[in-house]
Amino acid sequence: MSPPKTVTRADLVEAVARKADIQRSDATALVTDALDQVVASLTQGDHVKLSRFGNFVVRSKRKRVGRNPKTGEEVPITPRRVVTFRPSQLLRERVEAAKLRR
Amino acid sequence: MLKSELIARLQQDYRHLPAAKVEKAIDQLFEEISLALIEGRRVELRGFGAFSIRSRNSRQGRNPRTGESVEVPAKRVPFFKPGKELRMAVNGGVDTD
Repeated sequence: MSPPKTVTRADLVEAVARKADIQRSDATALVTDALDQVVASLTQGDHVKLSRFGNFVVRSKRKRVGRNPKTGEEVPITPRRVVTFRPSQLLRERVEAAKLRR
Repeated sequence: MLKSELIARLQQDYRHLPAAKVEKAIDQLFEEISLALIEGRRVELRGFGAFSIRSRNSRQGRNPRTGESVEVPAKRVPFFKPGKELRMAVNGGVDTD
């Protein structure tokens, strides 16, 4: 089986417009604004909890020493804030269940 | 921010749409990403990030109560890699990569 096609923003907009029965232009704006709101929340350090889907969490990482895997050279890794996504138990189960049906 | 709060904000910004349709649209957005992952497809949202499925090999685990060794089966789990804009935004505008 060839790897299935990648889903783009345009695909999501199309499906949202159709299933919510709204104009494509409104769906485009809503999808953009929704994702921007998620980014804005995370930027303020606020977690984003999307029931059924999962949680986006901002985590602070301390300074540590890394290593260039090619040269073995030690390089400092600066402290930083990173976003991680924790899929909901439901989404994990749906993904697992789909595997078993293949 | 909860999904209900996200929906409430957008309902205020999209007064020309029925509130129920805004709610449906936002629910559907995340449901479509879920459906793609269930089908094993990758979802790429420029600026935001990419969702994909990662395979985890089976491994030897241990029952923490009994200490008994158990096989943890191979799994497929949803994974999110933040895009450059999101990475920089949460890190005070500094790119980390």
